[in-house]
This record gives sequence, structure tokens and C-alpha cells, in this order.
Amino acid sequence: MIRLKDVQMEYENGTRAIRGISLTIEDGEFVFLVGPSGSGKSTIIKLLTGEVEPSGGRIMINGYSVSNISERQIPLMRRTLGIIFQDFRLIEKKTVYENLEFVMRAVGASNKEIRNRIPYVLQLVGLEKKVDSYPTELSGGEQQRVAIARALVNNPDTIIADEPTGNLDPERSLELMSLLVKINQLGTTVVVVTHEKALVDRFGKRVITIESGHVINDSIGGYVGGHIHGKA
Amino acid sequence: MARHNFGYFAREGLRNMFSHGFMTFATIGITVACLLIMGTFTLVAVNADANLRDLEAENEILAYVDEHYTEGQAKALQAELEKIPNVASATYISKEQAMEDFVANYPDEALFHNLDPEILRDRYSIHVEDLEQQGATLRAIDAVKGIDDITAYEEVADGFIAIRNVATVVCVALIVVLFVVSVFITSNTVKLTTFDRREEIAIMRMVGATNGFIRWPFVYEGFLLGLLSAGIAFGLQWLLYTAVAQGVDTNDTLQLIRVLQFEQLWKPVAITFAGAGMLIGVGGSLSAIRQFLRV
Ligand SMILES: Nc1ncnc2c1ncn2[C@@H]1O[C@H](COP(=O)(O)OP(=O)(O)OP(=O)(O)O)[C@@H](O)[C@H]1O
Ligand SMILES: [Mg+2]
Repeated sequence: MIRLKDVQMEYENGTRAIRGISLTIEDGEFVFLVGPSGSGKSTIIKLLTGEVEPSGGRIMINGYSVSNISERQIPLMRRTLGIIFQDFRLIEKKTVYENLEFVMRAVGASNKEIRNRIPYVLQLVGLEKKVDSYPTELSGGEQQRVAIARALVNNPDTIIADEPTGNLDPERSLELMSLLVKINQLGTTVVVVTHEKALVDRFGKRVITIESGHVINDSIGGYVGGHIHGKA
Repeated sequence: MARHNFGYFAREGLRNMFSHGFMTFATIGITVACLLIMGTFTLVAVNADANLRDLEAENEILAYVDEHYTEGQAKALQAELEKIPNVASATYISKEQAMEDFVANYPDEALFHNLDPEILRDRYSIHVEDLEQQGATLRAIDAVKGIDDITAYEEVADGFIAIRNVATVVCVALIVVLFVVSVFITSNTVKLTTFDRREEIAIMRMVGATNGFIRWPFVYEGFLLGLLSAGIAFGLQWLLYTAVAQGVDTNDTLQLIRVLQFEQLWKPVAITFAGAGMLIGVGGSLSAIRQFLRV
């Protein structure tokens, strides 16, 4: 479960990116986070992963109090999350298999667990044939699916994706979103930041709209009154 | 996650080493050179010390007893000589016995036979505990009433003492300096590999890797660098030592020096090199990855 209470966040240069946000996301939910460029969406994601600290308010995520977490607990908290970055962030010197292997090693998985789990998640994202390819040998959509497989491989409670479709054509975007919905149906909470209005409308899920560091709308099914500018 | 995945960390460490072939080569080169220099000076000191011990065992001071003393008076000096600090033993040798020994040394020289023992004097054969203190001991013996005259070989002892002392001082100074240099170079090599992998490290952090997990491959890298350097340095030291030892053994003017066999020394040399190598390697990598302690 994710809970933000009166959260404020000010960057070191004085930019007030989040100006008092309260919201709750229950286990098993699928939530879109939308809003114009610079509204604070990525900042919310960074707050959830512990990359930045709030300057006020409380943040709870999967049983950890992120707003006053100890350094030693941060890795444990992050293991409950699967994070998907817009720019994939795969390691180019490692094969698909090795990219997944090292995040399993990082949490202390055994050789046997690794051997069993990796083929399973690769099959889930439809990449079982690319197991020994390097990221540079894959298309953008395939790379994005490796990034999703990596987020899934440690079986997280929550998947957090910051504009996962940013580099994909509309068809690939739809494919990817469908994959996230499938993962959500298997029991994982999913939070997706996106600009793509068409996609959001199509799925009929909960949509939280952010503007200037505030939540201006939180409803099922799409934007109500909100307006979104694409980044490009 | 108490499990320590040796194979994985070692593999990653090796990968680091190979990804910076030149720096790895340079680090090993410098560390080998440092170990060799340290090792060579230490071995010189060890040999000088061994020769000193030989000398201490062999070195005989002869203290001649006043000719006017009776045998009883002469023998009474024994207790007094043994009281002097640094005297290991004092053995009384009568002139008759001295003559016998002398003649026995030259069995073929008829000239020396039938000599009157009276031309020799009663004497004490004295051994010291520490050659370095021999000067003071000689003065103390000289001061004993009833001792007339002394013979000793001071120059040889002084030579070995000088070599040993110089080698020891140079050793200590070099070990400190070279150790610091090696750690510094290793640290920079490892830093380069961490820089190269900062993206990877950032990702590891985001998926919940602990600092320990992130650091291990770099510690292994340093460890392997150190161990490899120690192995190479050991081989070179062996070759160098045997070559020099052979040179000294066959050189006529250096006959006095006894060179220890490398076979007698290889174990401590190997242990010291391995220990120093690992310390340099692990110390270097730990200092390189201090910056990654933060989340
Ligand atoms: N590291 C930073 N230092 C200072 N200000 C920052 C930093 N990162 C973001 N900001 C500012 O904080 C505000 C919110 O930024 P954020 O990245 O959360 O927006 P966003 O909603 O993700 O936008 P986009 O849709 O363009 O990705 C913006 O005004 C931005 O300029
Ligand atoms: Mg953003």
C-alpha cells in the first residue's frame, strides 16, 4: 500500500515541486499518474523510491515509512518495488540474461532461483528467444520489455514506471500497457506515469492528475477537466 | 542474505580487471616492483644477520693471562670474566693445551714439534652474546686485573653490523613509502573501474542492492590484483636471489660471506609477499570505493 499525507518537496535550488499531496493507493490497484510537463510526476516517483526526501509530510510504502527511513532499510524497501525507467537503463555490456541475473544477485537469490525465475519472466514479456542478446541488438520495444522483465524479476509488490512508453510508437505503447495490465492482474500493484492521453482513456483505470505540485483530479476512467501537453 | 556468493563476486572482479587491461597491467607492474625492492632489501638484511649469528658463534676472543700468575690464580679469573655482561662463555686454556692444539694444526711441520709450552701463555677463549656490543665487552675484559692482552677480529663484525643496520633502515623506509605508493596506484585503478560502472551501480542501488553487495566485486578486484602481483614478484625474487647467491658463492673475494639458500627462505618470503600484496590490493580498493558508502 502507498500512502502520501500532506507531502511537500522542495529542491535544493528552491523549486517547490510538490505542494501538499495526499493520496492512497491500495494493494493490487492500477493507477495512471498524469499531468503537464514540470507538474511534479517524476518527483513523486523519486519520493516513492527514496531518491529524494520530502521536506514535509509522511510517505508510507509497502510497510516502510519512507519519510524517515534509515539508510540500512532503504535497500530493503526498494526490494518491494520494481522500477521501470523511461530510458530503460539496461547495462550494455551485459546480455539480457545477465541484466536480469545481476538484480537477482543483488538481493541474494540462489543460483537455482535465478535459473528458474529468469526464463519465466522473459516468457512473460515474450523475449525468451533473446536471452543471450545484448541490449544494443534489440529494438526499442524489446529493450523496454527487458526493463519490465528486470522490474519483475524479484517479484516486487509494486511496479513503478516513469513514462515507460516515451520512446515507443503507439502500437508498442499499447502492447506495453497491456503487458502491465496483465502483470497487475497477476496481483502486482502498478503505478504508471504517462503523457499518452489516448492510452489512458482506453484502459478505464484510476487516473490521478497532477498540476503545479497539487492533485487536481483523482477519478476512474480518464481526465476530467485536466489538460495535458505532450513533451515533444 | 547471509550467503556470500564467492563465484559471482570473483567473476565480476575479474571482469573489472580485464575491462581496464592497461591500468591493470600498470598496477601489477608497480606492485611487483615495490614488492621486489622490499623483498631484496629484506633478504640482504636477513643474510647479513645470519652471517652475524655465524660470527657470534665462531668469533673467539682470546684473553691472555698475566705470565706471573700461578695456575690457581689464572683459573680464578674465570668467575670474574663470566660476570661481565654480554660474555656467553669463558673457557680456560692452559699453555700446554694451547701448544697441543697448535701442533695438531700443523701435523707436517716438524719444526713446531718439541716446542716449549713456556713460549705460550695461559689464555681464556671467550664468546660474546651480541657482537654489536663487542667493543664495550673487550674494554671490560681488558679492565680485569690479571688479563694482559686481548686479540679479537673487530673489523669483520663491524662490516656485517653496518650492512645489517643499513639494510634494516632502508627496508623500513622503503616499505613505508612503497606501500603507500602501491596502495595509491591500486586505488586509482579500482576507482577507474567504479567510474566506468557508475551507471550499473546506480541501477543496483535502485533495485535494492546493499552497499556491501556493490562493494564486493571491487574488493575482489583489488584482492586479485594484489595476489597476482605477489605471485609474479615471488617468481622474480626467486630468480634474482638465486642468481645473486650463485654470483657471491663463486666469487673468491666474497668467500667470507655465507649466502642462505632460497629453499630455506621461500616460505616466509611467499607468506610476506602474499600478505603485503593482499593488503595493498584490498586497502587500495577500499580507499577507492569509500565514496560509494552513501545511498
Ligand atoms: N533535480 C532538480 N533540481 C531542481 N529542480 C528540479 C529537479 N528536478 C525537477 N525539478 C523541478 O521540479 C518541478 C517538477 O519536476 P518533475 O521532474 O517532477 O516534473 P514532471 O511532472 O516529471 O515533468 P515531465 O512530464 O516533463 O517529466 C519542475 O519545475 C522541475 O523544473
Ligand atoms: Mg518526469
